[in-house]
Amino acid sequence: MAVQMKEYTSTTEVAGPLMIVEGVEGAGYGELVDIKLSNGEKRRGQVLEIAGERAVVQVFEGTKGIDTRDTKVRFTGETIKLPVSREMTGRIFDGTGRPIDKKPEILPEKFLDIHGAPMNPTGREYPREFIQTGISTIDGMNTLVRGQKLPIFSGSGLPHNELAAQIARQARVLGEEEEFSVVFAAMGITFEEASFFMKDFERTGALEKVTAFLNLANDPAIERIITPRLALTTAEYYAFDLGMHVLVILTDMTNYCEALREIAAARGEVPGRRGYPGYMYTDLSTIYERAGRIAGKKGTITQMPILSMPDDDITHPIPDLTGYITEGQFVLSRELHRRGIYPPVDVLPSLSRLMKGGIGPGRTREDHANVSDQLYSAYAEGRDLRNLVAIVGEEALTDRDKRFLEFAERFEKEFVTQDRDEDRSIERTLEIGWRLLSILPERELKRISSDYIKKYHPNYKEGAKEGSSEEREGQAEE
Amino acid sequence: MVEGRISKIAGPVITAEGMKGAQMYEVVRVGEERLIGEIIELEEDRAVIQVYEETVGMRPGGEVVGSGAPLSVELGPGLLRMIYDGIQRPLEMIKNETGDFIQRGVDVPSLSRTAKWHFTPVVKEGDKVVAGDVLGEVQETEVITHRILVPPDLPGGVIESVAKEGDYTVEDTVAVLKTADGRRELSMLQRWPVRLGRPYREKLDPEEPLISGQRIFDTFFPLTKGGTSAIPGPFGAGKTVSQHQLAKWADADVIVYVGCGERGNEMTEVLEEFPHLEDPKTGKPLMERTVLIANTSNMPVAARDASIYTGATIAEYYRDMGYNVALMADSTSRWAEAMREISGRLEEMPGEEGYPAYLASRLAEFYERAGRVVTLGSDERYGSLAMIGAVSPPGGDFSEPVTQNTLRITKVFWALDASLADRRHFPSINWLRSYSLYTDAVEPWWSRNISPQWKEFRVKAMAMLQKEAELKEIVQLVGADALPDRERLVLEAARMIREDFLQQNAFHDVDTYCSPKKQFAMLKLMIEFYDRADEAVSKGVPAKDIAEMSVIDEIARLKYVPETEYEAKIEEINNKLQEELMALVEKYSER
Ligand SMILES: Nc1ncnc2c1ncn2[C@@H]1O[C@H](COP(=O)(O)OP(=O)(O)OP(=O)(O)O)[C@@H](O)[C@H]1O
Ligand SMILES: [Mg+2]
Repeated sequence: MAVQMKEYTSTTEVAGPLMIVEGVEGAGYGELVDIKLSNGEKRRGQVLEIAGERAVVQVFEGTKGIDTRDTKVRFTGETIKLPVSREMTGRIFDGTGRPIDKKPEILPEKFLDIHGAPMNPTGREYPREFIQTGISTIDGMNTLVRGQKLPIFSGSGLPHNELAAQIARQARVLGEEEEFSVVFAAMGITFEEASFFMKDFERTGALEKVTAFLNLANDPAIERIITPRLALTTAEYYAFDLGMHVLVILTDMTNYCEALREIAAARGEVPGRRGYPGYMYTDLSTIYERAGRIAGKKGTITQMPILSMPDDDITHPIPDLTGYITEGQFVLSRELHRRGIYPPVDVLPSLSRLMKGGIGPGRTREDHANVSDQLYSAYAEGRDLRNLVAIVGEEALTDRDKRFLEFAERFEKEFVTQDRDEDRSIERTLEIGWRLLSILPERELKRISSDYIKKYHPNYKEGAKEGSSEEREGQAEE
Repeated sequence: MVEGRISKIAGPVITAEGMKGAQMYEVVRVGEERLIGEIIELEEDRAVIQVYEETVGMRPGGEVVGSGAPLSVELGPGLLRMIYDGIQRPLEMIKNETGDFIQRGVDVPSLSRTAKWHFTPVVKEGDKVVAGDVLGEVQETEVITHRILVPPDLPGGVIESVAKEGDYTVEDTVAVLKTADGRRELSMLQRWPVRLGRPYREKLDPEEPLISGQRIFDTFFPLTKGGTSAIPGPFGAGKTVSQHQLAKWADADVIVYVGCGERGNEMTEVLEEFPHLEDPKTGKPLMERTVLIANTSNMPVAARDASIYTGATIAEYYRDMGYNVALMADSTSRWAEAMREISGRLEEMPGEEGYPAYLASRLAEFYERAGRVVTLGSDERYGSLAMIGAVSPPGGDFSEPVTQNTLRITKVFWALDASLADRRHFPSINWLRSYSLYTDAVEPWWSRNISPQWKEFRVKAMAMLQKEAELKEIVQLVGADALPDRERLVLEAARMIREDFLQQNAFHDVDTYCSPKKQFAMLKLMIEFYDRADEAVSKGVPAKDIAEMSVIDEIARLKYVPETEYEAKIEEINNKLQEELMALVEKYSER
């Protein structure tokens, strides 16, 4: 079929982010629309529905200024494509992919459909490579692996940006110097937040490896629908065409979901929970599932979406649907933050589903899984006792219980807490874990095999002196 | 064939005009790329069609061609070890055609047309056969003999000829049947419409447990061969791990695993793992008995609905051969959401939480396809189909429609609990909320095969856990110190059951599977521990001293003792328990 290049001025209705064009011939569902306003300004949109000659178009830059008389609409006959190139690294784009860093246009090597296509499960390779982030709560208890999608569930005012930047800065695969790259997509975050990330990348010299797509708080909301897709299309190109290891940071997914809700409302759809569209799960999965690795290909995509839980409510549809798709979550806690603990990761609701494949002998250490399990159950018990103490007082506790209480306290101070640029090796993390576990009676360490107790428990270590390995490890190691 | 034109496109749902003569649920081909769709609403000559592939780029005016048949699956040798998409296209073939990312419009047969299968006839010329009778056999995999049946929709007849033993493709004729309606050539390939349950002679009550090697399932909340069960739980609570455990260790002959709207990596995991895992029953790789259906969350949503029915139909097909089949669907909530999305696009009147009013009846129809049956055919074959559906309630709130409507139908409820998962108590199944309506039905089996005391110990253990919950409320108010010693012992024994029996690590080499014999032996030991310790307490031994006995640590590690060694270990523990208790009793009686 011939590509339709006819210009229409038959817009009949503008409602929220949508416009309706009548008398359209041959336009396809989902295709890209060029819009020219009467003042000459150009915008882009996408066909959301087409019934006979009537097309519903969603306008990414918003419909402000669009009129029903002079606005010209052209249906391009193509889906939205992103020109991609290796040269995109080190560059900054707006939320629709236009360069905003005053550098030259990109010379495309390829044009890729921004919606991507589902990865064939038979083509995937299960991710198993341990990424050391240098953060104990992550490496020790919620290990990140290459190709995983693992979001940060946060709340307004919590240091999720600091944590994400620290992870981006410190993340590495042990014993490897491979090409890596960060793709950063901002959706509706403030200028300050975006600039925090950019400065951090600059400070650490990572900027030349970063590709940024920025849709800030004052940019059009509907644009947010495509920003993460541009980022992921770029990431797929880097990973599967160029063989790079890509970390994709998407922040803030909550703003993305708000934009989705706005469109659904404008279309008069039956709203689902809290007004979000019923298909939000499916929609989010078309973003989150674009992570992973492919058998026989070198590159990988690791995804770290950040979202702020409205009112710190983890059952809110945005974190809820995210958790149902991603391979775990890091949950930040306001309570820990208030007590001055950084990073305020609450390990109990946090989870890394791919951890089991990424740890163990040859990857981290043989005792890793056991230690992690034991830390979990001991900390959970300590926290329970804390609640109990609030009611019955500490005197009512047995000696055993008091030790668990102490464990929980010190766990938060010594294991969870670390500096913003403290890069702990996995050995160091496990060592702190063991030191804390040694507060408990040895027979309480039921999750740890007796062989590992003999081998790693401080009590069995000859000449093991407290504090002898207190100094920080990390970068200094190499 | 009916031929119409596209008039409207909205996501996965399109409308076509000029469709007079089309049938409800008829499969159609849509647009230039001939995408597969299914008619889900008909009004005069206008048809609403759900399309099983991405509709981007589709234009009004495009062609819609009817196929004359409802959505069907292909049945025959070659199903096992396969991974299909929601409409039974082999994903491996799709990869060969379009690469690592799935593109649309791929047309590949579900069963290979070139592969040859070694057919051995069972009937001979002149034999009288009826629907469901076995014509011949094919060794499909090392563990499954595929029985080629007279299709259920055929009237009986007389065998006019039957192929000699030898290698045939699924389309080759292997028998010719003379029926009242004429001569019928039969191949190994059959088709069956997915939305229609396959017929059987008679449904029976389930009586044999479906042993999964998971202690909390088998001992406390048993499922049966042919039974139904629901696993609802918030994200990260352990639905998928539980389903994978069942797919691995359940003592069914054939497993059909439907990944419905879930993660791609979870299917990859099965694909990578199953060929290397041994079936404890046959010693052969688990993949040899497994069929996978994958419609991951980012695949077209309409095919999610189809994936459930495709799975059920394949499962029934093996049931009809006389096998015990188990079907896992992870997650039925995604299926319900797909129904909701399609219904919304049809602008149907929404019911509770936007789900269509027919949600309950669709769920009921699905689970009704489970059961233990006498199959068609004249040889009194028994087959069964058990179904286990994961449910993903928003916010983990079980009061939502999908969970509630599912619980109304299924007989077993495995309630996952986020607070248990948070403390890494796995499987995080809440022992107070869960139930099984099959406990009485399977009691004779346990009594006959394991021990007549099974029921007694089971009931005692449950009572102990119940008592613990009550005592814990008191402890919350006054502290454990305030409890009398006998009650503190109950706490200790209940803790033992919780941690050392109910907790089971799916990723531990030994603990991942626990035979019914070992399950019983462990439980027995724990109950006997309590009984003897209680006696000691009544003789003045403080509960605190009992909790500190070293034998308790050994009981705790019993789950990691391999199947071949646990009996000796239990005997050792028993002796030690005796000694330690005696020492304590002596110590306190001297005073
Ligand atoms: N029996 C078990 N043994 C050990 N670990 C388990 C067990 N069950 C669950 N887990 C742990 O819990 C994690 C989450 O489990 P799973 O993926 O089954 O959750 P889910 O309920 O399917 O979540 P979702 O709804 O998001 O798919 C697993 O990755 C694993 O770490
Ligand atoms: Mg799951």
